[in-house]
Amino acid sequence: MWEYTDKVKDHFLNPRNVGEIENPDGVAEVGSLACGDALKLTFKLDENKRIKDAKFKTFGCASAIASSSALTEMIKGMTVDEALKVTNRDIAQYLGGLPDEKMHCSVLGKQALEKAVENYRGVPAAVADEKIICECFGVTDKEIEKAIRENNLTTVEEVTNYTKAGGGCGGCHEDIQEIIDRIKKETKPDVKPKMTNLQKIQLIQETIEREIRPSLKHDGGDIEIIDIIGNRVLVATRGACATCKASNITLKNFVEFKLKEFVSPDLVVEEVEK
Amino acid sequence: MSVIYLDNNATTQVAEEVLEAMLPYFREFYGNPSSMHTFGGQVGQKIRAAREQVAALIGAMPEEIIFTSCGTESDNSAIRSALATQPDKKHIITSRVEHPAVRALCAHLAAQGYRVTELPVDKNGILDLENLEKSMTPDTAIVSLMWGNNETGVIFPVEEAAAMAHEKGILFHTDAVQAVGKIPINLKMNVIDMLSISGHKLHAPKGVGVLYIRRGTKFSPFLIGGHQEKERRGGTENAPGIIGLGKACELAAKNLDKENTYVKKLRDRLEREILKKIPQSRVNGDTGNRLPNTTNISFEYVEGEAILLLMNELGICASSGSACTSGSLQPSHVLRAMGVPFTMAHGSVRFSLSIYNTEKEIDFVIEKMPAIIERLRGMSPFWNQACTNQ
Repeated sequence: MWEYTDKVKDHFLNPRNVGEIENPDGVAEVGSLACGDALKLTFKLDENKRIKDAKFKTFGCASAIASSSALTEMIKGMTVDEALKVTNRDIAQYLGGLPDEKMHCSVLGKQALEKAVENYRGVPAAVADEKIICECFGVTDKEIEKAIRENNLTTVEEVTNYTKAGGGCGGCHEDIQEIIDRIKKETKPDVKPKMTNLQKIQLIQETIEREIRPSLKHDGGDIEIIDIIGNRVLVATRGACATCKASNITLKNFVEFKLKEFVSPDLVVEEVEK
Repeated sequence: MSVIYLDNNATTQVAEEVLEAMLPYFREFYGNPSSMHTFGGQVGQKIRAAREQVAALIGAMPEEIIFTSCGTESDNSAIRSALATQPDKKHIITSRVEHPAVRALCAHLAAQGYRVTELPVDKNGILDLENLEKSMTPDTAIVSLMWGNNETGVIFPVEEAAAMAHEKGILFHTDAVQAVGKIPINLKMNVIDMLSISGHKLHAPKGVGVLYIRRGTKFSPFLIGGHQEKERRGGTENAPGIIGLGKACELAAKNLDKENTYVKKLRDRLEREILKKIPQSRVNGDTGNRLPNTTNISFEYVEGEAILLLMNELGICASSGSACTSGSLQPSHVLRAMGVPFTMAHGSVRFSLSIYNTEKEIDFVIEKMPAIIERLRGMSPFWNQACTNQ
């Protein structure tokens, strides 16, 4: 028996937005009957180019249905660009987590979303330089690479959990390992070139201004940089953030995450006492 | 919510009579059957009685019965013994649809240098004995074929297969875990050398099994230790479990008719009504030659785990051969071996009944299944398409 969260159960038993939108602005079908899960996603935009409605039809297990339901709820009200920023992890997080073996259900949602946006923009969906690695489930090298990068996967087993690749005959395990090794090598020299302290402080400020502050303000909160000591970024919470019980989570999962992404993976965000 | 338990091939409820027989042997008569004193010795007597009860159910002699901890141990003991007693033979014949207790063991042995032949089955799960004939070589140590399949209920012609193996001087083992208690078995009428039984599949508790070894068959023990089971299986006897299994075998002999009339009738009605009420559903496996309690039905365009969880909401227990329920990403190896299309295998549900199921329960399941399948098909991107293509 799978350990599903109450949220997964709820979205499975009471799925939101089941169906198909007539004359959709974007449509995509991913997966297949043979794979054991498949998703058809349709969405429609309003006059402000925001997603007014999104609907799904899914063939698959409880977590596939719940992931589809969650995705459609999440992207409503977003612009297409905002929606593209939704990752499979966001979908899993929205559901309070998915069992490891079921992460591929959230990846399916992400794939459908990307394809539906491609469909909306008229960009040809098929990419010629992709190569099928896992023949059992038709998973390409690009899909595997993407999952590895986005989720920091390090083992074949993890890749299978996220993409299904390697879950059938197992004939592609060596190829998957090669991709993992290749990406591991790439990411090491990819560490941002050494910055001076001043450059770092400036980049931190810019990143907060551009990537972080707008979202916090949107929720009536804010942060202020108090000091930067080595890789420790000391901040104070302001506005709604100061009284929010979840502000710690925001600082770690959002502020620190963004700073690591845009400035340096070594940064740690700490809150100073008010 | 009351539970409607239609998953008896997974495990069964311990019979009331079995529990009663066992209870005194936990706290009152807890002696070691090997002890010199009467206090322990009286437990030894009950174990002897249990051995007779088990032997009676399958037409064996009491000394041919070895108590083990489970069906898996029995299967492992049988196959490993055949290899250990014939060290010059390196070939094993089995089938593609065996339980993991045999299949995974054979895969393990293959990695250690043994040659394993897995006999194929046809689309109805039927074994072609001609393939067996062709596969046997002077190097073959053992043929191991299951009697009744746990997923589809399809019955293999193990008695004929055993005779064929014997002609060539090859040992024959059968995993009869699903068959014992459901169909008549009489080991006096065939030449099967070894046979595995699991207690919890026939209303005895979990943690007890049997390996039958025909008298005169060379045997090399799997668990080496004390002199229990005539030095064929070390380890202090699971006295309450063994006594419970003895009682369960006595009951199974009495209920064998009921299995093949009452239970079979319930199963047949469940199957017939589901097929009638739900379009694009079909039975997996040979319906002519099946265990009386099992039906495996595929519902096209929906996925098994989702079906099971909706059934679960109503208290109905069953199982599925879909990928998502197996923990792996591929649907059941049994259905794949039969060439059941993936689209059908993912949406398969196994119902396995017991004498404790009632007409009313079956009515309830028949009433609820169509809405469950319809609800999931309503969400499936393939269903509308399939309807338009009709």
